[in-house]
Amino acid sequence: MDLINNLMMGFGTAFTLENLLYAFGGAVLGTLIGVLPGLGPVATIAMLLPSIYSLDATPALIMLAGIYYGAQYGGSTTAILINVPGESSSVVTAIDGYQMARQGRAGAALAAAGLGSFFAGCVGTVIIAAFAPPLTELAFKFGPAEYFSLMVLGLIGAVVLASGSLIKAISMILLGLLLGQINTDVISGTPRFSFDVPELTDGINFVVIAMGIFGFGEIIANLGQPAEHREVFTKSVKGLWPTKQDFHDAWPAVVRGTALGSVLGVLPGGGALLASFAAYTLEKKISKHPEKFGKGAIQGVAGPESANNAGAQTSFIPMLTLGIPPNAVMALMVGAMTIKGIQPGPQVMTSNPELFWGLIASMWVGNLMLVILNLPLIGIWIKLLTVPYRFLFPAIVVFCCIGTYTLNNNNFDVFMTAAFAVVGYLFYKLSCEPAPLLLGFILGPMMEENLRRALLLSRGDWSTFLSRPLSAGLLIAAALMIVVVMLPSIKNKREEAFQDAD
Amino acid sequence: MKIKSQRDFWSGLMFVVVGVAFACGSIINYSFGTSARPGPGYFPFGLGVLLAILGAVVLFKALTIESEGGQPVGAFAWKPLLIVVGAIILFGFALPRLGMIITLPLLITVASMASDEFKWRDALLSSVVLTAGSYAIFIWGLNLVIPIWPTFLGG
Repeated sequence: MDLINNLMMGFGTAFTLENLLYAFGGAVLGTLIGVLPGLGPVATIAMLLPSIYSLDATPALIMLAGIYYGAQYGGSTTAILINVPGESSSVVTAIDGYQMARQGRAGAALAAAGLGSFFAGCVGTVIIAAFAPPLTELAFKFGPAEYFSLMVLGLIGAVVLASGSLIKAISMILLGLLLGQINTDVISGTPRFSFDVPELTDGINFVVIAMGIFGFGEIIANLGQPAEHREVFTKSVKGLWPTKQDFHDAWPAVVRGTALGSVLGVLPGGGALLASFAAYTLEKKISKHPEKFGKGAIQGVAGPESANNAGAQTSFIPMLTLGIPPNAVMALMVGAMTIKGIQPGPQVMTSNPELFWGLIASMWVGNLMLVILNLPLIGIWIKLLTVPYRFLFPAIVVFCCIGTYTLNNNNFDVFMTAAFAVVGYLFYKLSCEPAPLLLGFILGPMMEENLRRALLLSRGDWSTFLSRPLSAGLLIAAALMIVVVMLPSIKNKREEAFQDAD
Repeated sequence: MKIKSQRDFWSGLMFVVVGVAFACGSIINYSFGTSARPGPGYFPFGLGVLLAILGAVVLFKALTIESEGGQPVGAFAWKPLLIVVGAIILFGFALPRLGMIITLPLLITVASMASDEFKWRDALLSSVVLTAGSYAIFIWGLNLVIPIWPTFLGG
C-alpha cells in the first residue's frame, strides 16, 4: 500500500538523530512559549526564521511544526493552572480546567488534556497522511482562476472564524494585500511603491512585519497594562493520574472532540479555535449533567483539548497540499519553505517527498515527546510560570533585534521592524486583529499573479471566475460564509461565543 | 456629529486614507493596462478602492451605530512605546558600529526601562545572561555573521 510505504519513508526521515533533535527542540520551545504569557507561536516562529537559513529544509520545518503543536500543549497548562489561556484555542479549557484545579484536581485535568491531545494528534497525523495525496491530485487540476478563487475562500474563511468585526477583518486582509504590493512587479519588472528606496524593491520581508506587529507590538501593549496579580496553583498538583471514573467520563469526549477537530481543522481559517468552542458546546449539549459544566467537568477539558489539537494537525492539510496557509502560523511556515527555496503547493509532495512525509511522521513523534515532556515534567513548567515579565520581555527584544538584523545583515530591516512595532501597537489600540493582515501579505503576490494570469487567459473576461465550475464553487462558498455570518441569529451567537472567550 | 465608536472611527479613517493613497499612487505612477492585459497598477488600484470603500463603511457605522461606552481608544502607553521603539532604533544604529558585545547590554538596559518594575540590578543581570546566551546561540551555535567588537578595535 502506498500509504504504508510513504509513512515508512516518513518515519525513516523523522527517526534520524538530527530530525529527532529538532522535533524535540521545537516541542520544548513550543511548550515553553505556550506556558510563558505574552509570547505566542507566531512571534516565536518569526523570531526563529532567520536562524533556519543555516538549517536544511526538513529539520527546519520539523522544528517549526513542533513549536506550533507544542504551544497548544503548553497553552492548556496555563489555562488550567492560572486561568490564563496561553493560546486562543485553549480559552474554553480554562472554564472547567481552572475549576478542576481549584478543587485540587489539577493533575487529572492536565492528564486529560495531555492524553486527549496525544490521541487527537495520532488521529490527526493519520488523517493528513490519508487525505493529503488525493487533495494534491485535485490541486493539479487547478488553473489560475481556481487558485485565485481558492485564495479568496481561504482569506474569507480565515476572518469569518476570527473574533471581532467582520468588515474590519476584511479591511485588514486588504491592507495586508496592499503591503504585499510593495515590490517589483513580476510581470512587467516595474518597482512599485518603493519611493526609490532600493531595499524596498524586493518587497518588505514578512519576518519584519510579523516581528514588528506580533513581537514588539504585543510587548508594548503588555507593558502598557499594569502588572497583574496571578494566583498559581503550583502546590496543589498531585495525583497526576486520573481516577477510573475520570477515565470513564473523559474518553468518549476525547473521541468526539478528535472527530470534530479533524473536520473543522481542514476548513480554511484554521479550525483549532472554532473546534475547541464547538467541542465544548457539543459536550455540554449531550451531557446528562450539563449543570456540572463550568464547575469542573472533565469532559469540558478533554473534549476541547482533543479538538484543538486535532484541528491544529489537520490545518496542515491546506498548507501542505495547496500551499494556502489557513492561519498566521501556517503563513509563516509557507514563508519558511520559500526561504529554503521550496515553492509551496501541490508539487511539494512529489518534488520533496522526504520533507513532506518526514514532516507528517515527525508530528506523531513530536506528539509523543510532548506527552512525555508535559506530564512527568509538569513541575518544571509550573516554575516557569513564575518568571516575571521584566526578565522575559528584554529576552524577546534581543532575539527579535538580532533576528531582523541577520535577515539581510543590514540595519534597514531593524528600522522597518521599529516602524511596524508602532503600527502593531496602533492596531492593538484600535482593536484591529493583525493576523488577517499577515495572511493577506503572504498571499498577496500569489493572488495577483493568478488573477492576472487568469485574466490574460480569458482575454480580460472577469466571468471566467464564475463560468469555470470549480472556481465558481469556491467563490460561492466564500460568499455563503459571509452571508451566514451576517445572519442576525448567527451573528449574535458568534458575538456571544467570543464574549465568553474574553 | 457625535462619534459613536472611537476605535472604529479611527480605524475606518486609517483604512480610507491608506486605500485612497494606494489607489491614487497606482493610477498616477504605474500603467493600469486593460483587463485583458493587466498592468502593474491594475491589482493595487482595485485593492485600494476596495479598502477605501470598506473603510468608509466602518467609518459610517462608527458615526451611526451606538456602541457600549463609545469604545474609547484609551490612553497611549507612551513610555513603553517610545522606549521600546527607541531601543530598537538604537540597536540598529549601534550594532554595525559598536558590535554585539557592547550593543546588546545597551539594548537590554534601555528596553528594561520600559517596565514599571525596572531595577538596575535586574537589568544588569539580564544584560549579562542574555549577551552571553546570544553569543553562544548566534555566534557559536548558528555561525551567523554579526559584528562582535566595535569597529575602532578592528573587529
